[in-house]
Formats: sequence, structure tokens, C-alpha cells
Amino acid sequence: MKLFEGLLSISRRKSPWVYCLNAGSCNGCDIETAACLSPRYDPEQVGTLRQGSPKHADILLVTGPLTLRTQDALRDIWGQIPSPKAVVAIGSCPASGNVFAGSPTVVGALAQVIPVDVYVPGCPPRPQAILQACIQAAHLLAHGKTHDQQGRREARR
Amino acid sequence: MSAWWGIGAALLCWPGLIGGAAFAWLLLWIQRKLAARLQGRKGPPFYQPFFDFIKLLGKETVVPGGVNRRLLYALPMVSAVAVVCALSLIPVPGNPMPPFAGDLIVLLYLLEMPALCGVLAGYSSRSLYGQVGSAREAILWLGYNLPLLAAVLSLAIKAKSLTLAELAGVPLGPVHVAAAAAFLLALPARLKRNPFSIPNAEQEIIAGPLTEYSGAPLAFFELAHALELVALVSLFTVLFLPTANAPGPGWVLYLLGSVVLVALITLVATASARLTLRHTFRIYWSWGAGAAFLALMIAGAW
Repeated sequence: MKLFEGLLSISRRKSPWVYCLNAGSCNGCDIETAACLSPRYDPEQVGTLRQGSPKHADILLVTGPLTLRTQDALRDIWGQIPSPKAVVAIGSCPASGNVFAGSPTVVGALAQVIPVDVYVPGCPPRPQAILQACIQAAHLLAHGKTHDQQGRREARR
Repeated sequence: MSAWWGIGAALLCWPGLIGGAAFAWLLLWIQRKLAARLQGRKGPPFYQPFFDFIKLLGKETVVPGGVNRRLLYALPMVSAVAVVCALSLIPVPGNPMPPFAGDLIVLLYLLEMPALCGVLAGYSSRSLYGQVGSAREAILWLGYNLPLLAAVLSLAIKAKSLTLAELAGVPLGPVHVAAAAAFLLALPARLKRNPFSIPNAEQEIIAGPLTEYSGAPLAFFELAHALELVALVSLFTVLFLPTANAPGPGWVLYLLGSVVLVALITLVATASARLTLRHTFRIYWSWGAGAAFLALMIAGAW
């Protein structure tokens, strides 16, 4: 059992599959995410694959300042990702709302709705930074340090 | 008693579960690495398919509302077990399974199980994408099975036997050329690879029948699919390359043939775009049927 736990921890680090979600972004961060997934930066060499179904994903990549109309969809998709899962907020918008903060159609920071594990600063961030965040999130998953895993451990206690 | 040991060893070690899975992951990695190199990428390290499998085993399984829980777990298990049984029947070098009359028919039935389970999985998952994927897979099934079955049956006619070991022992002749052409034509669609990746077209219907699957059931579906690759590639090398006649270089020929065949499939998959279902069906019922007819005619006449 101990052996399997160890193996599982390594495989969580080696195989982080991502699901991209645009929560009202201006498309800048989405273009950078697309560049990150392109052959030039090739995330498959660290095991990262883009998945079309949230049920196959480990990491949720969120871009955009979370508008009122996307927050329900975001909660729904986050709930569909099977545990353990990590959330990566790409760009300044999900961190703080950026220039859209205070707008009547924007919720603001992503952390008000779902727990965020890794923030990628920048407007937009570079593809290397997004790839770095994926690797960092995979390490958090491997060591059981994502908010999702910690929350489950608390609930079991 | 020793026959039972042979059956057990064939199912568990080689070419069954353990050896089959290891070889399947190696072939999967070759597919992914070669596709990556052809697209100008670096590609995954060789242990990637293994870690993907372990990670999926350790993930939570989400059972969608209104889906039968037992069916959700049973379908991937049935398809994985069926392919392991099918693998153990193929007379690859080093297979300790004793041959028996009619094992060809058992093999062909067992090889249909993953496709059948895939179709059922899509329909029973209550996902629109899954249902579209299942409908496509069921239609594709009618297309590729004609050349595939005709290729194997033409060799059976030639050998006047339904035992796989005797089929593998048929001396190479013109029937092998026509049958191999029909088999190769059917292979990409059977493996759902690119020109015919219609049931799992990820840009159109997400992941097809597997859209709603997660965790261990998804892991076992992926394992069954990988083992299916080994089973079909092994069947091709055993039937169309003289691996049975030479015990020494038989291993070398088998491994080399498998790798080259996988590389060929990947090359075609990377270089081609997806066809529509209508075009695919037309290809299989014109070229595929032609190759099938030719193979059967040569087998009957020569």
C-alpha cells in the first residue's frame, strides 16, 4: 500500500492533465496559454496534456476576471473535476480583477469562488510562466498540498 | 497439469496482463514520441503511459447522475479482461498457451469486446457527446470489420484450419499480400487513429464515449485500448511475418515488426486529417471490400 502511495505521488507529478477555462478573459491570456501548449514549448515533455473533458483533468487553468455570467459555469466545471485537483489562475485578472475590478458585471478575484493554488502574474504572462505554474501545481498535487486535498483531509478528520 | 500452468502463465505473464501491459505502454510511448518528433516537439519520456495509468487509478471516480454504478465499473473491466484473454491466445514467440482447435473464433469474438463495451459505455453515460461517439463507433464498426475479418478468414481458408498456430504456419504466398493489404487498411479505424479517429474526435465531441469517465474506469479503458494495440499488431506480425518458423530470430522479427507497424500507423495518423463518417464508410465498402474480395478469391483459387 505504501509502495502504491509513493508511486501515485510520483505519477501525479509526472502526469498533470489540464483543462482550460475562459472566465471572461480579453483573450490575451488564452493566446499565451495556446502558445504554451504549442510545439515550441511542448508541455507533453513534462506529461501535461490538454483535455477536452473536465472529468479527465487534474489542473484547471482559469483566465479572465470572472464575470457574473461565467461564475456558475466555473463552479460547475470545478465540481466536475475529480479530486485531487489544482487550480491555476493565469494573469492578473483572476488574481484581483485587474482593470475590470469594481465593474458591475465582474465578480472580482477568483479566490472568492473557488480555492486557487497557483497564481501566474502578468498581463498577459509569458508561456514559460504558465508551463512553470503547471509544473508547480503538479508538485503540489504530488505532495498533497493543494487546497482541495487539504480540505478533504480536514473533512475526514 | 502443465497445460494449466501454460494457460495461467499466458494470461498473467506473457503475452497476457503483465508482459502485454509493459509492451503496450512501450508501443504507446513510441506512438506519442514519434508523433511529437514529427510535429517538431520533444515528446514525453518513455515512462509517461505508465504514470498516466497509475495517476488515473488514484483519482476519484465521478459517477454521473442516473448512471448505473455497477455498469460504469463493469464495462472497462470486461473490455480489459477480454483483451487480456485475446492476447494470451495469439501465438507470439514465447507464448506458453497450448493451441486448441477453433481458437481463431474465440480470438475474433474477444477482440470485438472492447468496441462493444465502448459503444455501451457511450450510450449508458447519458452524455450527448458519448452518445454521438457511440453512434459513430457502431457505424465505423460495420465498415472496418469487413476487410479485417476477410483478411483473417482468407488465411484460415488457405490453412484449412481454425487454429491460430496453423494459420501462422502457412507458407508466404500471394494470399498474404492481399490479406495484409486488407488488414492494414482496417487497422487505423480499428485503433481509432487519425484518418479514422471519428468516434473519439476530440475537437468535435470531446472524448467520444469516454467523455463522462474518470478515475479507475477511465484507466482501465485506456489500458484495454493499449492492449488492443498490442493484440492487433501481434496478430499482424504472427500471421504475415514468418515469426513461427524461426524460433531464434522469431523474437527479433516479432518486436521489430511490431515497432515498424506502430511507426507506420503513427506516420499516417500524423500526416492526415480526419475524414467524415460518410467518406470512411465509402472507403471501406469500396477499397476495403475490394481487398477483402481479392484475398478470399486468391485463398480459394490458389
